Amino acid sequence: MLRLILRRLALSIPLALIASMISFVLVPFLPGDAARALLGPNATAAQLAAAREELGLNLPLWQQYWNWLTGALHGDLGTSLISRQPVTELLNARLEPSLSLIIGATLVASIIGIAMGVRAARRGVLGRVVDSSSILALAIPDFWLGLVLVVIFAVQLKLLPPTGYVPIAEDPGMWATSLILPIITLSLPALSRIAKQTRDSMATALDGTYVRTLRAAAVKENSIIYRHALRNAAVPILTVIGLVFVGALGGTVAIESIFAIPGLGSTAVQATASRDLPLIQGVVVYFTLITIVVNLIVDLAYGYFNPRVRVK
Amino acid sequence: MTVTSSQRSSAALPNAVPRRQGWLGQAWKRQPLGVIASIFILLIFVLGVLAPVIAPFKAGQQDLLVTLNGPSSAHWLGTDALGRDILSRLLYAAVPSLTYALIALAVFLLIGVPLGIVAGYRGGRIDSVISRVAEIAMSIPAVIILLVVLAVFSSSPIAAMITLGVLGSPGLIRVVRGVTLVVREEAYVTAATVAGVKPVNIMATHLVRRALGPILVQASVFVGSALVIQAALAFLGLLSDGDRPTWGGMIGEASQVISLTSWPLVPAGLIIILTVMAFGLVGDAIRDATSDEASPAGRRWRRRRAKTVTPAANQFDLDTKNHLLQVRNLRVSVDDGVTLVDDATFSVAQGEIVAVVGESGCGKSVTALGTLGLLPPGLHVDGGSVIFDGVDLLSRGAEAYAAVRGGGIGYVAQDALGSLDPTHTVEGHLREVILRHEKLSPAKLKQRTHELLQQVQIADPARVLKLYPHEISGGMAQRINIALALAGRPRLIIADEPTTALDVTVQSEILHLLRELQQSTKLSVLIITHNWGVVADMADRAVVMYAGEVVEMGDVYTVFQAPRFPYTAALLAADPSVSPLGKRLETIPGRVPAPGSRPTGCRFAGRCPFATEACLDGPLPLRVVPPGSVTRCIRAEELASEGVLDR
Repeated sequence: MLRLILRRLALSIPLALIASMISFVLVPFLPGDAARALLGPNATAAQLAAAREELGLNLPLWQQYWNWLTGALHGDLGTSLISRQPVTELLNARLEPSLSLIIGATLVASIIGIAMGVRAARRGVLGRVVDSSSILALAIPDFWLGLVLVVIFAVQLKLLPPTGYVPIAEDPGMWATSLILPIITLSLPALSRIAKQTRDSMATALDGTYVRTLRAAAVKENSIIYRHALRNAAVPILTVIGLVFVGALGGTVAIESIFAIPGLGSTAVQATASRDLPLIQGVVVYFTLITIVVNLIVDLAYGYFNPRVRVK
Repeated sequence: MTVTSSQRSSAALPNAVPRRQGWLGQAWKRQPLGVIASIFILLIFVLGVLAPVIAPFKAGQQDLLVTLNGPSSAHWLGTDALGRDILSRLLYAAVPSLTYALIALAVFLLIGVPLGIVAGYRGGRIDSVISRVAEIAMSIPAVIILLVVLAVFSSSPIAAMITLGVLGSPGLIRVVRGVTLVVREEAYVTAATVAGVKPVNIMATHLVRRALGPILVQASVFVGSALVIQAALAFLGLLSDGDRPTWGGMIGEASQVISLTSWPLVPAGLIIILTVMAFGLVGDAIRDATSDEASPAGRRWRRRRAKTVTPAANQFDLDTKNHLLQVRNLRVSVDDGVTLVDDATFSVAQGEIVAVVGESGCGKSVTALGTLGLLPPGLHVDGGSVIFDGVDLLSRGAEAYAAVRGGGIGYVAQDALGSLDPTHTVEGHLREVILRHEKLSPAKLKQRTHELLQQVQIADPARVLKLYPHEISGGMAQRINIALALAGRPRLIIADEPTTALDVTVQSEILHLLRELQQSTKLSVLIITHNWGVVADMADRAVVMYAGEVVEMGDVYTVFQAPRFPYTAALLAADPSVSPLGKRLETIPGRVPAPGSRPTGCRFAGRCPFATEACLDGPLPLRVVPPGSVTRCIRAEELASEGVLDR
């Protein structure tokens, strides 16, 4: 188990480094440079020079990266080109909405998806529904689904607010209400993936020889399904839940924009549109760190469900 | 740049959808959905290419008098906020939308296929480097990297799609590597290597051909998601594509007027959904088609209809009325298919050990599972009776079985380790099973778990209880399975080849354990085996099965000394464990006839040195012959008097 975690951490270091380098590696390809991109075509030579000086663009690229990296290791990801605020300060404020959304969507998708998958493993009709929904889940763009839900539940039925986010500290009730539509949007496709994986690995687990032994020993069917088969089926399901979480992280980019949620995803879109490289590089770092943490949690969960991983 | 890549990509489309002349009719028959989906994709592409000719309006043609109209005869799919015709814009948007997805696909394939093949074929350091890099790349959140690229490259769609192809390729590398690893070991590749074919040529021909199915499946799924991601980026306004409409961009425009009308959302959304679904269905069809070819031939006989063979009424009465277990004319079939066991008839008396013996494929295990009511899905009992302790379990159904399971009949399977749930400790198993049969206080429960382990002669129960199945040996696992079978204090244990998977020394330990348990507790044992040594060691009576029916039974001494069915005699002569030292081992020519192709008369006739024409004439009943054996052989007395069967 310890080896598994150490291996995962060892893999995480190059992952974090590569992710952090990406914007620096791409900068030489930038037509003009960051200062030009920032100030637009009408900037004077003096303005450009001043901006380059300020951004450290006169230094060699490796030195720019080195400066950024040493800063990053001390918790300083630079300053946003547009708002002039420190990147970490800006992004920390965006963490709560994004995490509420992603964790909420992953929980909803996991609970309903596993429940559906377990039932579908044995019943024909539900099994076919789960199987065919997986193509549909791949095909329906989440941003379109979000808009359709807004039309139905906010514009037509006026049941839920169309957009906006209320922090939990301000009003927990409103917080939950504001998250309902975004969470449904993000969790529907994920739910299908989890249900499909649960169905497949439950079917395999129920074919296990030990299931027959347990039946022969008069163990109850419910115990066979939930205590034994589901536990044996857990590892691939967990893998998919981890992928769903990371997928939901990417999904925030479109979903937060639709629902006007001030999170990491919508910030990334604004930063891209305004070419705010330090800010978007900061989002890359945040996304990567969240991914690493999620993968670690998934690895720990493997150990809980699979004793063969736990020992040694 | 856009022009050249669109040309190249449009040439790539027929590749993604394999269609050969003459193949189509067959494909339609097997995969109608896949064919419809391929035609749909082609149709979208052709209509898109023809858009300047067939579209009723120019893409950017505005008419502010008819903004946000629903469908009408002038505008079949209505108009958008600027009064532009939605149908025309959808058509104009088809080529850029598909082309961008295909650029991503080209990059995906160009990186994924060669690297996957090299990693799988070369192995070693190259493989570990490629696999490690792929693993890292797979855990980078792709969308955010796309945003960085778009920020740097001024929203260039081409840059975004190339990046998407790169970010997606690790998944393909993994799949192609997996296929290559398998193919590399196959005989014809080894032969080609030995014959001096250059590795490059081997990889380019054999491997690509074999990996084509999985590659196309991955490709179709990837194109679909590339289409969705590209639409999302266009929707967010992050792709600068001049004034050309894109499907995602049209959804973005529709979202601006969502409070006024929701109609413009519909056509643009549906075209994306249908196209991506079509790619998904093509992928499914390819997967089904390629895995169909690879499916084992063994599956086919299941679908074949069985000849109905009516078993002859058995003519014997051995006074088995008081026996604990009586199985009569048990018949087990595949659902809608062949019969696996036609006539299993035997009984086990209280305190008796009965062995069912025969070659593999004779239906021994199916008989055991049918008796227990634990047939795997797809098989069912369709005749006969299983009477345990005076109750007909088959006719009483599931409830009667539930009542005897564990408490009346215990079961020990062949696969000792596989019979234990790998996620639970030995103690977890025992506790759960014990509590199903008696409610015990925690202290009593602990005592009972120790007691059971001592009963199966495990020296240090306290230590073993804490172990998981992967921490114990096969022999230990089989002892625990026996303990589990004993937990409900059963009167009969059915053991299906309990020692076959174990080391030779462990085998005899387990057999002795069963023998001792039987003696100390007056337990009855039905043991399934193909090993005459086990029969000789353990059994009081032997039941010989051949091709789905019992062909002979009798007490062990008689069956060994004076077999009354030629198959029994041949089996004994072929078994090293019971043949006299120094005597040459016999073999039985031919094979057990498969279910579904069994002859009507004696099923052994085809392999029997003594067969006559009469042997093939109609079903043969079981009957009693001297010195007290039950046999199906019509020449039993004749052969006995010639002395050719005795040993």
